[in-house]
Order: sequence, then structure tokens, then C-alpha cells
Amino acid sequence: MKSLLAGILGAISLAALASTASAETTLTIATVNNGDMIRMQGLTEDFTKANPDIKLEWVTLEENVLREKVTTDIATKGGQFDVLTIGTYEVPIWGKKGWLVPLTQVDDPADLLPAIAGGLTVDGKLMASPFYGESSMVMYRTDLVEAAGEKMPDAPTWADIKRIADKITNKDKEIYGVCLRGKAGWGENMAFLTATSNSFGARWFDENWKPQFDQKEWKDTLDFYLELMKADGPPGASSNGFNENLALFNAGKCGMWIDATVAASFVTNPKDSKVADKVGFALAPDNGLGKRGNWLWAWSLAIPAGTQKEDAAQKFISWATSKHYTELVAGKEGWANVPPGTRTSLYANPEYAKVPFAKMTLDSINSADPTKPTVKPVPYVGVQFVAIPEFAGIATTVGQIFSAALAGEKTADEALAEAQDVTTREMTKAGYIK
Amino acid sequence: MARAVPLRRKLIFTALAWGIGFVIFFPILWTILTSFKTEGEAVSLPPSFLFFDWTLENYGIVQERSDYLKFASNSVILALGSTLLALLIAVPAAWAMAFAPGKRTKDLLMWMLSTKMMPPVGALIPLYLIFRDLKLLDSHVGIVMVLMLLNLPIIIWMLYTYFKEIPGEILEASRMDGASIGKELIYVLAPMALPGIASTVLLNIILAWNESFWTLTLTTKNAAPLTQFIASYSSPEGLFWAKLSAASTMAIAPILVLGWFAQKQLVRGLTFGAVK
Repeated sequence: MKSLLAGILGAISLAALASTASAETTLTIATVNNGDMIRMQGLTEDFTKANPDIKLEWVTLEENVLREKVTTDIATKGGQFDVLTIGTYEVPIWGKKGWLVPLTQVDDPADLLPAIAGGLTVDGKLMASPFYGESSMVMYRTDLVEAAGEKMPDAPTWADIKRIADKITNKDKEIYGVCLRGKAGWGENMAFLTATSNSFGARWFDENWKPQFDQKEWKDTLDFYLELMKADGPPGASSNGFNENLALFNAGKCGMWIDATVAASFVTNPKDSKVADKVGFALAPDNGLGKRGNWLWAWSLAIPAGTQKEDAAQKFISWATSKHYTELVAGKEGWANVPPGTRTSLYANPEYAKVPFAKMTLDSINSADPTKPTVKPVPYVGVQFVAIPEFAGIATTVGQIFSAALAGEKTADEALAEAQDVTTREMTKAGYIK
Repeated sequence: MARAVPLRRKLIFTALAWGIGFVIFFPILWTILTSFKTEGEAVSLPPSFLFFDWTLENYGIVQERSDYLKFASNSVILALGSTLLALLIAVPAAWAMAFAPGKRTKDLLMWMLSTKMMPPVGALIPLYLIFRDLKLLDSHVGIVMVLMLLNLPIIIWMLYTYFKEIPGEILEASRMDGASIGKELIYVLAPMALPGIASTVLLNIILAWNESFWTLTLTTKNAAPLTQFIASYSSPEGLFWAKLSAASTMAIAPILVLGWFAQKQLVRGLTFGAVK
């Protein structure tokens, strides 16, 4: 018994020693699982050759797991990470709280796309450097639109979308005019609906942080969305997020899909898509009010305050988001695989201009303004989100309410009234409404 | 004499049992099948069951991208370490409760079980801060302790149930023969309760192997087990089902094999004392 106990304790002590041993300049990088980030992990030899004293260790996680883990760590100053991959939603909030170190060694910061850099800047300081940026746009089946006797404008209105969707829909053949997000979540259906509501002139809050779901603009948005999806959407749309719609579109079931610009490379990849050679692109729709229904997002690299390895982290971020890295990817894997949506110089490059969705991605990003996201003035920053800590929780609840409306469990009026109540209650509790 | 069961009824029940078994196993089967598809095939509509181009590409990608053996060895250390540690505490505790119960033993048992009713996230911040201050974040010791504490109530409950089945008179007899408490536990109680202890150990290993909330939150790279290995293959934007399925199949394979070989003990242990 004694020897068993001693053995166990010995093994645990050895494991403890092993776990605490680490090199002085080892950077622990927390990152999301997307193609661009995974590609970077394979190209880091270029960085470590130039910086032999810095070792890189990657912790790759699913977006929501990563967000939860990194938030816990940074809020408690746990110090588990030296470089973080964070989204446009977190940067202004964490930057204001002093949780991030301003970046001082970013390669040619003036070259960053103004719309993207604007969302990552707090009090004039760049808090995160964009690695990959995206907006949203219309992806459509050229063959189905043509067969319907229509032509998709480069900058369509919502009325165009509805008309074309009505003509394409053939439920007997399981062809649906339009596929849109319906799955509940602040980054799922609410990203789409918030961006769409901007083009209808709606806003989450007025200048005094009063929720606006009781206003006509939100009613117009939700009525339009529900009617469009009822007439032309696929069955079970309230469970569909990005990946579900991607699967439907690639299987040839959707006439149009309005979603992230990053999807362009997936739907045009003949390996995974049955309709790869029949896809066209257009800007996200508008309603003639001066704002389009597209969002703006970037995965960016940042340094948590309190890391002991700030200098090495600055060097790494400078390399990973540099023009040199872009050229490295282009040289090894081709221009279509370069992380998009971060630098002006990339879109001025004639080689990159040959990528079929390059121009539409740039136009979509440029048409979004996180500081003036909608028609009326707002007290917040963010196009498809509101950059306050309470937003994720509130929008997830509102997303569940709207998803239930899409599933037919409640009417648009009931959903909006409930959303107004929930948001008012939470904003009052948080102290925004006195 | 037992009543003869008509053949037709027997066939119906057998078919029903196989049907239910198949339904329960289907998600695992589907995961395994998906791991051999291409990403496009994995999300194709209608889905293909067996007639697709089988490929090992996903396993190749997973092997190339992740250090599977490191994650797997961490899972083994955490599952075995937490189970053995829990057993060291649970055996004496269950012995005391079964053979020397006090007025509040039942209440104590209920209280222990009630700790399982709290959502883990409720203890996240305090525990994270304790781990940070004690430098236990991403350490084997820290996560072994958490997993041990997490499963301790269930282990004590299970062992208590098995020990209750053993007549106290046998232990008394050993005491009369001059056995100390330690000897009584090791030489008398343990051999008699071995099937129960074995099933408890197996169940606890499975629970510790599959635990994801704490292992994902408190580990980063040094002590990260297979739960983190799986989580690194999910993505909200992009096709990932086939690679995720390959990673999942690799993660569950060891525990699936262990469960398969130990199913007899598991079933026996779990139903022990259920029918008197």
C-alpha cells in the first residue's frame, strides 16, 4: 500500500515538474481553427529562422471554446497566453479595460484597410493587428438566376433579392430561392439580422441606450426576413448557421446565400462544391437608405497585458500580419490562399486582382463603417454587434427569440415585444438606462 | 421451474434489443464512417452511408497537425491519476459509511451527491484564481485533483452500495482474529468487493477521460488531454466534419476498446445490488 502511494505521488510530482518546465522565450499563441491560421502554423519556420531565440507553441481551439478560455484567462490575469487571436467585438472592450498591450511594431500600419483598422483602434492606439478580415455579400447561382429570366445587379436591393428568390424557388425540386442564417446566437442569426437591420434603418439603441425593437424599422426588418424565409427559405432554417447553409449551397439547394465573404473560396472549390463553376457575387443588399446589410469582422492578433514576453510577442505579430507574410503565402500556396481583407496593398496587387472574389470582398469591407453602422446616430461601435460586454448575452437571448419566430413558434410582433423587454431589463440592470 | 418464453416473443425482444443497441451506437458509427469521407462528401445531401470514396486523408491531416500521442498520454495520466487518488480516499470513506454508519451518514451521502448538481461554470472563476495563485494552471497535478474531486461523490456512492452488500459479520470475524483496520480493508474487504471496485474504477476512468469543461478550461498545452485535441478541429466557418470525425475516432478509440473488453464487469458492477 505504502509503495503504491509513493509511486502515485512520485508520478504526479514528475508530471508536475514536467509541466512547469518551459523555455524562456516560448510564446504560447491561442488561435482559432480556420484555414488561414492553420496555414500560418505551417509557415512559422520563416519566423523562427530569423528569430532563433523565440519558440512558438500553438493552442488551436474552436471559436466559442477559445473565446471562453481566453476571456477567463485575461479577466483573471491567468497569464496562460502571450499572443491571442481575438475578434473585432472583443478588441474595443478589452482595449478600454486595459487588458491589451498597444502594438508598436506593426508593419506599415498606414497600409491597413481603414474600416478594419478603425475597429481595432482604442484611443488612437492600435490594440490588435488584423490577420484576416471579412464582410458579407450575396453569393448566387448564375444558372438559376439566368433560368429565372433575371440578372443579378452588382449592388442589389432587398426587393431584388425577394423577386429573384420567388422566381428561383421550386420546393418540389428542393431548390430554395435564398438560404439565410436562422440558428440562434449573437454571432449566428443576430450577426446577419443586425447587419440587415442597418440597411432598413434600424438600430439596437438610441443615443440614450434605449432599446429600439419597438420601432418601425425593426418591425420592417423582421417582417421582411420572416416572409422571405417562409416563402423561399429551406425547411428547418431556424437551425441553419454558416456551415449548414454552406452544405446546402454546395449541394445545389440554394439560389442565393448571403453570408461571410470567406465562403466565396469554399463555394468555388470544385473539390467540395457541386456548383463551383456556377457562382456569382454581389454586394449585400440595401433599401436605398445609404447603408448595406453587410457586416465587418476581423480575426486579429493581440498581446494580453501582463505577459512577460511582450517584445517577442510584438515581433511575432509584426511578422504574422506583415506584407512579407502575404508574399510568403502567395509564393508557397498561391494568391487565392493569402489571408484577405486586411491591407490596401494586397488589393492594389495585379496578381491578387485576378482572384475572382477579390474586388467584391474589398468593396464589401469598404462599404461597412463600424463607427456609423446604421442610418441614425448610435452610441456604440460595431456593425453586426454592439461593442459592449453585455451584448453577447443579450443578443444570444434575442437571437433565440427571433429563431423561435422563424420556426413559427411566435409572431414577429410577439418576438419584437419580447426582445424589447429582455434588452430593456438587461440594459437597466447593467446601468446604461437610469 | 422458469416459464418457457415463446419463440416469437423471444425473437421480437431480441430484434428490439438489437434495434435499440444500433440506435444508441449509431452516432459513433456515423462518426467513424464520416472520418473516412472527404469534407465535401461529409456534408453532401442526401448523405451517403457506405457507398462513397473511402479515404484516409483526414487521419493523415490530423496526424500531421497534432501531436496525438502527447494528448493521449495526458488523457491516460489524468484518467488513471484521478481514479487512483479518488480510490485512496473513497475506499476508507465508503467503508466507514457502510460498516460504521453514524446518525448523519445518509445526509452526508446526499450532501456529497448534491455537489454534482452545481453547474461547473459556477465554480470557474474562484477555481481559476486558486489555480493561478498556486501555479497549477496547465499542470497535471492540478487537473488530477479537480477530476478526482469531481468524481469522488460518485465513487463513494458506488463503493458504499457494494460494501453494503457484504455482511458486516465477516469483517467482525477478521477483527476477532486480530486484523487491523488496514489489513481488514486490504485482505478481507477488497477481495470480496473486487468486482464492485473494478467497475467503479472503469466507470471513473471513462468519466475522467470524457470530462471536457475543466480539462478545456484549466489546461493549455502541457497537460491538455484529448478533449482539447478534439476541440481544435471544430470550426464555425468552413468544412471540418470529416477531420473532426477522424480526431474524435482517434480520441474515443482507446476508451472504446477498454469499454468493450470490460463491458461484463461494467454491467455487473452497475447492476450490483439493483435487484434483491
